[in-house]
Amino acid sequence: MKYVDEFREPALIQTAVAEIARLADVPRQFRIMEVCGGHTHAIYRFGLEQLLPPNVELIHGPGCPVCVLPMGRIDDGLRLAVEHGAIFTAFGDVMRVPGRNGSPLAQQARGVDVRIVYSPLDALRLAQQHPDRHVVFFAIGFETTAPSTAVTVRRARQLGVANFSVFCNHVTIVPAIRAILESPDMRLDAFIGPGHVSTVIGCRPYTFMVERHKKPTVVCGFEPLDLLQSIAMILKQIRESRAEVENQYARVVPWDGNDAALTAIADVFELRPYFEWRGLGFLSQSALRLRDAYGEWDAERRFPVAGVSVADPKASQCGEVLKGVLKPHQCKLFGRECTPEWPVGALMVSSEGSCAAYYNHVYCRAAATTS
Amino acid sequence: MSIAEPLPPPVETVRFRDAQIEMAHGAGGKASRRLVEGLFAPLFGSLGTPLTDAATVAVAGTDVVITTDAFVVRPLQFRGGSIGTLAVHGTVNDLVVSGASPCALVATFVLEAGLPGDVLEREARAMADAARRSGISIVGGDTKVVEHGKADGMYITTTGLGAPDRRVRCAAASVRPGDQVILSGPIGDHGITVLLARGDVDLDAELQSDTRSVGPLVASLVEEAAHGLRWMRDPTRGGVATALNELARDSGLGVALFEERVPVRDAVRGACELLGLDVLHIANEGQFLAVVAPADAERALDAIRAVPGGEGAAVIGEIRDTPARTVIGFSPFGGSRVIEMLVGDPLPRIC
Repeated sequence: MKYVDEFREPALIQTAVAEIARLADVPRQFRIMEVCGGHTHAIYRFGLEQLLPPNVELIHGPGCPVCVLPMGRIDDGLRLAVEHGAIFTAFGDVMRVPGRNGSPLAQQARGVDVRIVYSPLDALRLAQQHPDRHVVFFAIGFETTAPSTAVTVRRARQLGVANFSVFCNHVTIVPAIRAILESPDMRLDAFIGPGHVSTVIGCRPYTFMVERHKKPTVVCGFEPLDLLQSIAMILKQIRESRAEVENQYARVVPWDGNDAALTAIADVFELRPYFEWRGLGFLSQSALRLRDAYGEWDAERRFPVAGVSVADPKASQCGEVLKGVLKPHQCKLFGRECTPEWPVGALMVSSEGSCAAYYNHVYCRAAATTS
Repeated sequence: MSIAEPLPPPVETVRFRDAQIEMAHGAGGKASRRLVEGLFAPLFGSLGTPLTDAATVAVAGTDVVITTDAFVVRPLQFRGGSIGTLAVHGTVNDLVVSGASPCALVATFVLEAGLPGDVLEREARAMADAARRSGISIVGGDTKVVEHGKADGMYITTTGLGAPDRRVRCAAASVRPGDQVILSGPIGDHGITVLLARGDVDLDAELQSDTRSVGPLVASLVEEAAHGLRWMRDPTRGGVATALNELARDSGLGVALFEERVPVRDAVRGACELLGLDVLHIANEGQFLAVVAPADAERALDAIRAVPGGEGAAVIGEIRDTPARTVIGFSPFGGSRVIEMLVGDPLPRIC
């Protein structure tokens, strides 16, 4: 398959692995955070950690949208269906995220009208097919998915679809990275920059990471060779005492981002003054909401939304794991109360969440060999 | 009906504690297993016997293999098949991979009021045709009708009877380290075809369901390599990953899966990449997995490949001592991962 097989070519991968081993051959630890959940998933799927020398450590970051979504948002969103009879639509990613009264899938099992869509435009189409019902799209994601929500809201206005609204949970990546960099227990050396987000925002927004914080940052693709090459580029920067934003994913990511997508975002959304992130707390100017001009399609304005804040279970340490302070298995609940099948924290829900990835691919094996 | 051996008394150790039934309980993965092992098996007194695709019971001194399967699919018809063909092939395949020759089938229909007569006729014809091709007769059944809006058009349950083939001695317990894992052909065709047929995803692919009887393939395998044949399973719901995890659990051994050797069509691979699905979790309706002793592996593979429709068969893995009860996938460049049983339904990853 084109654009896939070339990046999984064993000979090229062996070369990259050898290059990493050569660059890492110094008596020190390299702690690199991959920001994006898609990278976490790829790292485990291809077993890339085993190809790295022991002193190169990957820390899984906050770039999984369902992982950073506070539980209260799920409850608020589902209430639109439970109490107001709306059809609740969302990406498959959201369906297993636990709210206080269960996940969307659990609510669906109780008869609540919950449907999986593959695009917000599918949700809009559903609204056109059911003019007697209200359809709410539970929007989630970083700048990657925000443009498609923006385009959908614009189209809803163009077509005058009144029985459609968006419950907006879109967040922006830079404030999350900033929160991690400014956290006092931060012990990272460099970042693997997000790939999909950067196709929209480009590489320029990351300059503060190298200028202010002196952390090498390489924007990276999702195939094994992409990740290994990016790690080599990072090690090279560290060895040469450089801190630059480099673009390994240039075949997809333009340096200045995607103008049309950015324009759509700017047209439809504005920054919220603050937004709650699971594990990171309230971050200022870190999330999007619909502008007044599109208020009619904003579920939070059309319906009374309680805005409940639900604290994570006390014993769970999602925040520490999210910031890379703790490894997933060091959390008190990991593998006991909190498993992929019965997730307590959101990091266990998505296969991109560091806990679920860690559980599936590492913990199971340890359990299997010791039992 | 006379059953020679009386059923053992029920062992009432119900461990099923799920508050309500969710879609995951029917998806063939972990939740399904929890339901069967935690509720049905202890109450029905079948605890301790390994859960296989079919049961062997002695009827008046003669061993008979019996299995049953319910079919719910939306849409009723899709490229390469329909609910009717599935209902025959699914049960036939469960008998075949249990080492039995299919003898007879009974079919129960739950029909929704309002179902067009020609749709029912189409499906009945499809079943008759599939049964004829599979060499099995449909000898009876039952029909119930439920209110409009209640059964997605129709549900079909088929129960199959088979005669055990004395040459086949399959059991997870007889699997040994070093044994080879053979897959009969490309995977994921059925699951992805049905997903696309629902029309929720705006994708089009030259793809059709693989629904078929695996009887001819298994017959050739048994003919040539019955001696070394240790285990068979058809990887339906939950996919190859779930079937191999069951093997690992029931045998107490590990399965090493060489991922690049698993045959997958480009269209299926592309759809899985796009939707963030793992092809090893996608359902199949016309493939089977076999574990064969190393000395017989080549002969077994040749035997399957010699049958039309078996050309794509491949050795995809081997049985190992460690890690016990675990399936490990190896990439061609030295990475590895634990391959888990499916949890819930496979959900697309978008954001």
